[in-house]
Amino acid sequence: MSDPILSIRGLTKIFGGLVAVDAVSFDVRRGEVVGLLGDNGAGKSTLIKCVSGVHRPEEGEIRFDGEPALFASPMDARRAGIETIYQDLALANNLDVGANIFLGREARRRRLGGLIQTLDDKFMLRESRETLDSLQIRFPSLTQPIQTLSGGQRQAVAIARAVYWDAKLMIMDEPTNNLGVPEQMKVLELIRTLRDRNVPVILITHILPDAFAVTDRVIVMHRGRKVAEKATASTTAEELVQYMVGARDDAAA
Amino acid sequence: MSERAVRAARRVDVAAAGVLTPLQRAGLFLSRVWAWAFLGLMALFFVAAVPLSTGGAVNFLTVRNSQNILVAIVPVLLLGLGQTFVIIAAGIDLSVGWVMSLASVLSALAIRDSYDAGLPLFPAVVLGLLAAVAGAAFVGFVNGVVIAKLKVPAFIVTLGTSFIVRGVAYLMSENTTVIGLPAGVRAYGNDALVYLVGGPGGGIYFLARPELSGAMLRRMDILLPWPVIMTAAVVAWAMFLLHRTRFGRHTFAIGGNMDAAIRAGIPVDRHIVALYMLSAATSGVAGFLSTLRYTAGSAVIGDPLLLSSIAAVIIGGVSMSGGSGAIVGTVIGALIIAVLTTGLVMLNVDAFWQFIVVGTVVIVAVLIDQSRDLIMGRPKGGVRR
Repeated sequence: MSDPILSIRGLTKIFGGLVAVDAVSFDVRRGEVVGLLGDNGAGKSTLIKCVSGVHRPEEGEIRFDGEPALFASPMDARRAGIETIYQDLALANNLDVGANIFLGREARRRRLGGLIQTLDDKFMLRESRETLDSLQIRFPSLTQPIQTLSGGQRQAVAIARAVYWDAKLMIMDEPTNNLGVPEQMKVLELIRTLRDRNVPVILITHILPDAFAVTDRVIVMHRGRKVAEKATASTTAEELVQYMVGARDDAAA
Repeated sequence: MSERAVRAARRVDVAAAGVLTPLQRAGLFLSRVWAWAFLGLMALFFVAAVPLSTGGAVNFLTVRNSQNILVAIVPVLLLGLGQTFVIIAAGIDLSVGWVMSLASVLSALAIRDSYDAGLPLFPAVVLGLLAAVAGAAFVGFVNGVVIAKLKVPAFIVTLGTSFIVRGVAYLMSENTTVIGLPAGVRAYGNDALVYLVGGPGGGIYFLARPELSGAMLRRMDILLPWPVIMTAAVVAWAMFLLHRTRFGRHTFAIGGNMDAAIRAGIPVDRHIVALYMLSAATSGVAGFLSTLRYTAGSAVIGDPLLLSSIAAVIIGGVSMSGGSGAIVGTVIGALIIAVLTTGLVMLNVDAFWQFIVVGTVVIVAVLIDQSRDLIMGRPKGGVRR
């Protein structure tokens, strides 16, 4: 088995008197989809925000790609290759697909001997199309503002952006929320595609069918603590629910 | 899942896939081109109505009238150009009118005093331009810093600075028109690229104003005065900047989703400062050109143009909620206002009617803008989740 891309040891995050994340440890390996399960307030999002540079943990160690990785800001985490896709997607709905994939990192062409630089929309469109094709995503038009796209399609744009910029780890926060059923299927399919491309994914969810559909391993949190870590194939929905509601607890045993 | 639910889901999926019905396409097309159509129809109306109502004594479709309209749109358009960038980025700049006034006073003082100190005319005029743009850009810098860094709403900040700038402009001009500029300034503000003299003994003259008098002078038409050419250059530059460069793309991104822009690593604060400096700078050019045109600086020149310039931007289809718009729209908007005003005057309609018509057009423009959301079947505000 390969070295873990992400390795978390004894991570603790405290807000005032509340221990939001309590000495959590786990690893994520390349090409693996790890489900992070738990009820609302279990500490999933706080844990993930420590990894993606939003929060600074009080205690514990995060190693990413073999290096210590306590990021000062989300931009630093992104530069290191950790892409987090939150529910709001962080897309500009008034711009087209190419502009969104290249948002903040626009490709430019030098003109008049480098005197001026213009946007290279052709290049950005071509690269976007190739990335989308490689992920088997099809849109009728790449040059319309993405507000004409559906929620699932926009989710796909956000994923394609992360893939294009060589994300080494993708964190997705409840990606199937607010989507219709066919769209949910597409997003899950996309997560499988990412795994096939050897991009590890941490999938934050409280929807058990989603976890069973795509994850290799699940980690269950309850009140800030990791209460279970199971291979998806060797557990059942019933068992996971018991962990999620606090009826079972491997760590206490 | 019931069959009906499956069908509904599939239908949503297809509708959501960016495929529009022909009716939606037609509606969208109309909502985009209505301003062009309106401008064209209005011009046609005046071309026909003006000679009819005056028994052929006055014509709308003349070289002279076309040039009058071009000269008339210069200040409104220049104020509107920078404003277009600001509004696309979901801001507003209410200070442009008084900034134009300040720039007019500053450039008049700079030209007069440097010329009196012995500087030749051309360098003195260039100095006037620099003073106008630099003074204006400084106000824009203050606007931008207070808006971006101190997070005060743009409406409030620019309202405040417009009062401050008004005071400064009056103080600097000592509450009177700045006169005593060298006589040669008049040529920069009123001479043209081409002079047309019709009738016997006429001809076409380039660059230099022909020495004519009497009937010949009355037959002379001035084509493309320098202020119009300079404005055209600023328009071309603004089009390039907004639609072809990273700066423009970031402007749209900030107006579309400020949070996404920040998270994409766009230096949003710095960009906002630059936008308000840009808005002030184009207003500065407007002030400079008015000083050249009247050979005088005036602290009252800009204020009445503020609302017209915002009207031009809105008629041009720039959404007040940010994220969409185009420079060409603002040009059309300014043209619609100028053609309307000129045409109504030629029809001998009371000049105050123009305000009533412009106001109606502004509201209709926004209604058409909003109908686009209706056509696309998404809730107001444009963001569907």
